[in-house]
Formats: sequence, C-alpha cells, structure tokens
Amino acid sequence: MSREMEIAIESFWPILKAGLAVTIPLSLLSFAIAMVIAVITALARMSNVSILRYVFGLYVWIFRGTPLLVQLFIVFFGLPNIGIVLDAWTASIITFSLNTGAYASESIRASILAIPKGQWEAAESLGMTYWQVLRRVIAPQTIRISLPPVTNDFIDLVKGTSLVASITLADMFMIGQQITARTYEPLLIYSLVAAIYLLFITVLTFVQGRLEKYASKYI
Amino acid sequence: MDLIVQFSNVHKFFDGHEALKNINLAFNKGETTVILGPSGSGKSTLLRCINLLETPERGTLAIGDIIVDLSKPISKKERLAIRQNTAMVFQSFNLFPHMKVLQNVMEGPVTVLKEERAAAMEKGKRLLTKVGLSHKMDSYPSQLSGGQQQRVAIARALAMEPKFLLFDEPTSALDPELEGEVLKVLKDLSEEGKSMIIVTHNLSFAKEVADRILFLENGEVLFDGETKKFFDNKENDRIQSFIQSMQFI
Ligand SMILES: Nc1ncnc2c1ncn2[C@@H]1O[C@H](COP(=O)(O)OP(=O)(O)OP(=O)(O)O)[C@@H](O)[C@H]1O
Ligand SMILES: [Mg+2]
Repeated sequence: MSREMEIAIESFWPILKAGLAVTIPLSLLSFAIAMVIAVITALARMSNVSILRYVFGLYVWIFRGTPLLVQLFIVFFGLPNIGIVLDAWTASIITFSLNTGAYASESIRASILAIPKGQWEAAESLGMTYWQVLRRVIAPQTIRISLPPVTNDFIDLVKGTSLVASITLADMFMIGQQITARTYEPLLIYSLVAAIYLLFITVLTFVQGRLEKYASKYI
Repeated sequence: MDLIVQFSNVHKFFDGHEALKNINLAFNKGETTVILGPSGSGKSTLLRCINLLETPERGTLAIGDIIVDLSKPISKKERLAIRQNTAMVFQSFNLFPHMKVLQNVMEGPVTVLKEERAAAMEKGKRLLTKVGLSHKMDSYPSQLSGGQQQRVAIARALAMEPKFLLFDEPTSALDPELEGEVLKVLKDLSEEGKSMIIVTHNLSFAKEVADRILFLENGEVLFDGETKKFFDNKENDRIQSFIQSMQFI
C-alpha cells in the first residue's frame, strides 16, 4: 500500500470522530436554537409594534452585516474584556445560533410573505385569533415554502462550524490541521476533510428531499 | 323584520381616497341583498367592512347588539364578536390548501367555536352533501375544480352558522360552465331564507335571486330598494346605462 493511502486510512477515523463529536452536535444544537430565534425574529419584524420591528431589524442587520469569524472572535476573545468569559463551546453555540438565526429569519419571513393574503383573510373571517391563524393556517404552509431556503442556511452553518478551529475547538478542520502538520500532506488531508463535509451535506440534502416530498403532499 | 347589520355614517379611506362616503344602511335578516356597481365603486370595501376585514375610520357598525364605534380603536374582542356573526366567501375561494376538504369545513367549528370534533365532522359531512361534494371530502383543494372549490368554501362559511353570509364576486373566477353550479347553491340558500349579501356582476342572477339591490358608485349608494324597481327604473340615467352596459357582456 502506498504511503498516501496509509495516511488517508489512518486519518479518516480521527477526522470523522471530530465530526461526530464537534461538527454535528454543534451544528444541530446551534440550528435548533437558531430556528427558535428565527421564528421569533420573523414574526417580530412583521408585527405592528414598531419597537419590536426596530430591535429585531437591528439584530438582523448586525449579524448579516459582519463576518462570522469576526463575530466568533468578539464573543470568545473580546467579551472577556468586559468580564464575560465563555468556553469555546458556549461561545460557538451562541455565535452560530445568532448568526444562523439572523439569516433563517429572513428565509422564514420571505416564506410567510409568500403565502397569499387571502389565507389570512379567510382564517380571520372565520373568527380566528392571530395565534390561531399562525398555528393552523400559516405555519404548515410556511414549513413547506421555507424548507429549501432554511436547509440552505443549515448547510452554511455546518460548513461555518469549521471556523471553531480558530478558537481552540478540536473539530474536523483542526484535527486535519494537526495531521497535516505531522504528515506534510495538506492536499490529501484537507481533501479528506472536504470529503467528509460533503458526506454530511449530502445526507442533509437527502433528508431535505424527503421532507419536501412529505410537506408537499397537498400540492 | 329584525334588524341585524347597521352602518351609520360610515367612512372608509385608502391613503386619502374616500372609498366609502357616509354610508347609512341596514341589512335585514332573511333577506338576499345584491350589491351592484361599476369597478372601483366600493362594493368589496363595503362588504369587507361588515366583518372588519377593512376597518372604516368613522361611523358606527352594529351587528345585533354589538355596537362598534369605528372612530375609536377596536378591541380584539369586538372584532372577533363581529366576525362570529358573519362568514365570507371570496372570489379566489381561499381554501386552506394543506387541509383536506372536510377539514377545511371543520376548521372553523373546531378551532373557533370549540365544537366537538365528532359533531363538527357530522356537520361538515352534512354541509358537503348539501353542496353536492360529499364524495370529495378526502381530497385536497388542489384536486378540485374551481366550482367545486367555491362550493367547499360555501360549506366552510355555512359551518360557522353565521347570521350573515357575505359573498364577494363568488363566481368571477369561474368558467361559465362552472358558474352555474355555484349560483344554484346560492339560489337554494336564498330560498331557504338565509341572510345573504352578494357582490356580483351577474345581472340575471341578481334579478332572479335578490330581494333587494344596492347600487354603488364612487363610494356612495345611488340606489337601495326592491330588485324589480331597480330593473324597471326609468328615472335614473346612471342606473339605466349601467344595466345596458352589462347586457353586452
Ligand atoms: N387595499 C386598498 N388600498 C388602497 N386602495 C384600495 C384598497 N382597496 C380598495 N381600494 C380602492 O377603493 C376603491 C373601491 O375599491 P373596491 O375594491 O371596493 O371596488 P369594487 O367596487 O369592489 O370594484 P371591483 O368591481 O373591481 O371589484 C377603489 O378606488 C380602489 O382602488
Ligand atoms: Mg371588488
């Protein structure tokens, strides 16, 4: 067996392990929190309370308008200066949740706006309250419409977690860097890291396809 | 006759444009009123003000013993109370696409009126039979023709057991062959003595079904009276030319 082949086989498991231990849990947890933030933000930005619109608009503006890596550095390296010291995991989850929340809120807002006004009117004319309309009529249709853009946001998040290597978390990318330093095979090792990301995203895309099919059964 | 819906000095503005000008009207129980008038005259606006899908800026709206001063902010409770007395059928049907036909009809009774599911289902099936669609109750709206969808929408409105049924051009989105099946349902409801307010451009339907005609122009009521008097009108040129212009459609 060639030397490259041996290195690749030896490296595969440590990198994948970092993916299972860091990349995947970090992505899933951040995404779950991000979705809660996104729904609240989308609704707040469409509410008729102007202060809500303003505050949540400011949030989206800041998090979409600044680089993710810079946000991560501010939270992890910057906040200790004002007495807020977070470990790398907490800093990562906070940053990724807020960042993805800002993007996904726009995906969800756009999906809600894509639902014909007549749906609101029909539900309201039945006498439903705002929350009843949302729950019974708007939410089910929003889920279908927002699946593609929200999955996109999720994919960006998964790939974005590679930035945590720069704040000391031993994710796939950091393990890849360590192996490269030892073996001097950057092309091989980083390609391997890329392939494992691709594998994760492929699974995600497959799940998206199934969900879309399920959510579209009434079309 | 009991008085149910009453507009007093109602004004509705859209960005400074006055779409309804000092409307004073009463709609009575058991009557079928057809609202006619040229495009942009305020027919839809008037109808939508009855269930507060549009909120007038001035005047009072009374339905039964609920009296709403429109110049003040309207509470959610008042809005819901008004809406419980009316049900609306739209030009574009607006069925809930993610619910099957029977669920569409049950949705209001279960979610809003808090009826038992079983009872709501019974009622839903009965109403779908009434509009001739019991065989479609497990279909999604996207699997129905326009005329069928509109009949489901009528069943959905009836399920709320409203005091007033409101129709905004219920057949305008339909091919002529499908229009008939919907108009027949409306005619049956009218003959049952349901209280209905219908906006339509179909004059022969108005002539046949309406007890009373309202003719609107530029946000004002130009005619309010018996159907026969409207169509036999000799004095009002505007009405005569409207009727004539519609006859060539
Ligand atoms: N949401 C709105 N915003 C601004 N202007 C509006 C709005 N709805 C209606 N209008 C205006 O109010 C006037 C009355 O409109 P309305 O829709 O009630 O007319 P209509 O008699 O129903 O006409 P049509 O036969 O074409 O349906 C029109 O001048 C219209 O442009
Ligand atoms: Mg109209």
